Amino acid sequence: MIPKLTDALNFHSQALMLRAERQRLIASNIANADTPGYQARDFDFAQALRQATGSAAGVGQGIAADVMSPAGAGGRTAPTLRYAAPSQTNLDNNSVDMNRERGAFAENAIRYESTLRFINGNVRTMLDAMKSHNQG
Amino acid sequence: MSLFNVFNVSGSAVSAQSQRLNIVASNLSNADTVAGPDGKAYKARQVVFQTLLMGGPAQPASAAGVRVSEITESQAEGRRVHDPKHPRADAEGYVTYSNVSTVEEMVNMMSASRSYQINIEVMNTARRLLLKSLQIGQS
Repeated sequence: MIPKLTDALNFHSQALMLRAERQRLIASNIANADTPGYQARDFDFAQALRQATGSAAGVGQGIAADVMSPAGAGGRTAPTLRYAAPSQTNLDNNSVDMNRERGAFAENAIRYESTLRFINGNVRTMLDAMKSHNQG
Repeated sequence: MSLFNVFNVSGSAVSAQSQRLNIVASNLSNADTVAGPDGKAYKARQVVFQTLLMGGPAQPASAAGVRVSEITESQAEGRRVHDPKHPRADAEGYVTYSNVSTVEEMVNMMSASRSYQINIEVMNTARRLLLKSLQIGQS
């Protein structure tokens, strides 16, 4: 019973970690918007989440699959970073596309918050389940 | 917690951009400086940015801040104006001014101030997300 409850929580916590990591990566890209020779980087979130939760199936089924993979919350593997293809060539070899990065940053922030909400909802459900029926 | 690193990354960018703004200010204020007795006028300066890797020991490459690696001086010829009555005029009656291009400096300033703003915004977003993370499981 309890593992079933915590599985969903585990999945979302992995997602939250990856969101935070992506946020940091995009912040690095934005910080280096004026650095000559800097190549913008990003990672495929779906793939990284699949890798982190250890499920070969789709993301939606990650909850049902074994979330307790050998690479648990502590020793999770780092997502593979990829270089963004520049939309416009730049004389100083910088491939940061500011509009793209800002969009990705805002999107990632919202997704981070929604993951937080999922976690909060899960916690509330668990707390409700723990309450006895004659209480509250 | 990787969100805390956002503050380091954006903070380094903010300080680098403010240094750039500082250089722009000194260039602009010296735009009309004439050459001294040694015949050398003020030379426009330019910052050079460099990526600064600042991730944790597990992933040293995933967080990249920025720093000013060097400050270069433009070697372009200074502006020469024919003004024989000027106290600093040379034997041929020319006065050498600094080689600062005000238009270039203004563009530089706008770019620096935009980057500064964006990085502050990034920090604010990270702060908001962290505060929300603190409230997990509450209420």
